[in-house]
Amino acid sequence: MSPAPDTDPGTLLDARAMDRTLRRMADEIVELNDGSDALVLVGIQRRGVQLADRIANLISEREGIVPRRGALDITLYRDDLQTVGPRPVVGPTNIPWAMDGARVVIIDDVLYTGRTVRAALDELADFGRPARIALAVLVDRGGRELPIHADVVGKRVELGPDQRVDVLIAELDGRDAVVVMPKGAPPGDGTRDVGRGRGMSA
Amino acid sequence: MTSALGKDLLGIEPLSADQIRLILDTAEPFKEISERTIKKVPALRGSTIVNLFFEPSTRTRVSFEFAEKRLSADTVNVAASGSSVSKGETLVDTARNLEAMRIDMVVIRHGASGAAQFLAERIESNVINAGDGTHEHPTQGLLDLLTLRDRFGRLDGLRVCIVGDVLHSRVARSNIWGLQKMGADVAVCGPRSLLPNAVGEFGVTVFDRVEAAIEWAQALNVLRLQLERMTAGYIPSLREYNRVFGITRERLAQADHELLILHPGPMNRGVEIDSDVADGPCSVILDQVTNGVAVRMAVLYLLAGGKPELAEAAKLAPGGDR
Repeated sequence: MSPAPDTDPGTLLDARAMDRTLRRMADEIVELNDGSDALVLVGIQRRGVQLADRIANLISEREGIVPRRGALDITLYRDDLQTVGPRPVVGPTNIPWAMDGARVVIIDDVLYTGRTVRAALDELADFGRPARIALAVLVDRGGRELPIHADVVGKRVELGPDQRVDVLIAELDGRDAVVVMPKGAPPGDGTRDVGRGRGMSA
Repeated sequence: MTSALGKDLLGIEPLSADQIRLILDTAEPFKEISERTIKKVPALRGSTIVNLFFEPSTRTRVSFEFAEKRLSADTVNVAASGSSVSKGETLVDTARNLEAMRIDMVVIRHGASGAAQFLAERIESNVINAGDGTHEHPTQGLLDLLTLRDRFGRLDGLRVCIVGDVLHSRVARSNIWGLQKMGADVAVCGPRSLLPNAVGEFGVTVFDRVEAAIEWAQALNVLRLQLERMTAGYIPSLREYNRVFGITRERLAQADHELLILHPGPMNRGVEIDSDVADGPCSVILDQVTNGVAVRMAVLYLLAGGKPELAEAAKLAPGGDR
């Protein structure tokens, strides 16, 4: 697959497709955990947090219960502080629930190298001992550098290292979409702020 | 994106408003780490930090040590007494010997103004000034800014008066520079013998009567009367100081508004501040201590990537949160 041209970003999911995908993911998450009783959705800063909110609302439409949610910023657990220096602003981490015995689903926008998830697992372990941790991602773009796989995947696509996936979310970016961009292109369609370094962390 | 602090933190005077804001914003999420059951993140794993304290200190040294340990750094404390310093070794020799053991950062407190800068110019490691003579105490200034911003939601336009021994106070200098850079209105109040001769050059309002300062200010930063530096008869007596400049409940009750009370500690209760103010509802003195750990974590974290080659590499890395 060749890089999408600058002027016409390759759209992987438009707003309606993204909504359908999130609905299916919500159903799969409930099935995977035999309901939503002990479920805790933990979004990874930043866009994973909004996706976790969306999925929680979709689950509550079906199940009548809003699952518990948390937010994780893995910046301080990264393995590349010594090589690329600190990210200037660390986002909030908010895990108000006892993790012991919980059925945790980590939610992130894009799964790439697996290093973000590795860091998230380390950080979660500092909050307790969940009964189970699963991983749900909107896009799995391949290119893993660690033995990590997702349990629930919205969209699977094989991309090369010269490409980047941008997930746009209405709350932050003005519209919902998943687009493929050449690496180094301005982020998204210019309406979002700069996302977490995909190549390093996704 | 940038590792915007550079190699060292020597004072607030050389910082820009953006750099101060970066430190305060970075400190915000670090507060949460100290509330966890496991109060530790691996960000500085493998870094070695030396706390080099040539003056006695409990609060600042312990605060730095907690900050370092909660970021998983390895720390060593060196106090002047009982070390080779008392055998006549110079500051630079001490630091170079430590550096030969492959350390990454030095936190230094020293009685001579400019000691931190002197050291920073001569060693490769990051240097953090934890108080140098009567010059600056930047992390104290930053934690005061964070505490004020927490309570008022802003610093711009805030009226803050620094009360007491401004002459000997590095805390006062760091506060004045920091507050002014962030757009606050700053005043000082104290006996003229304890204000610098050139106090006008700081661009601050001067109140001779503490009652007038209380009427004007939204927050008072009450300085410690540095009894150990008081050899030259700056004030007639501690009792008289308390009677004229002490922050008492009665004085605060005269104002038509509530004032936030800060104090860098350790307090001389009954001298510059009365117990019912220090322990009262307007006091944020213990919040300052809590915020101190978060601010120091933020500074350590930001400096850890501040070496020039890392700043260059950071520019090449894709993305960045802001």
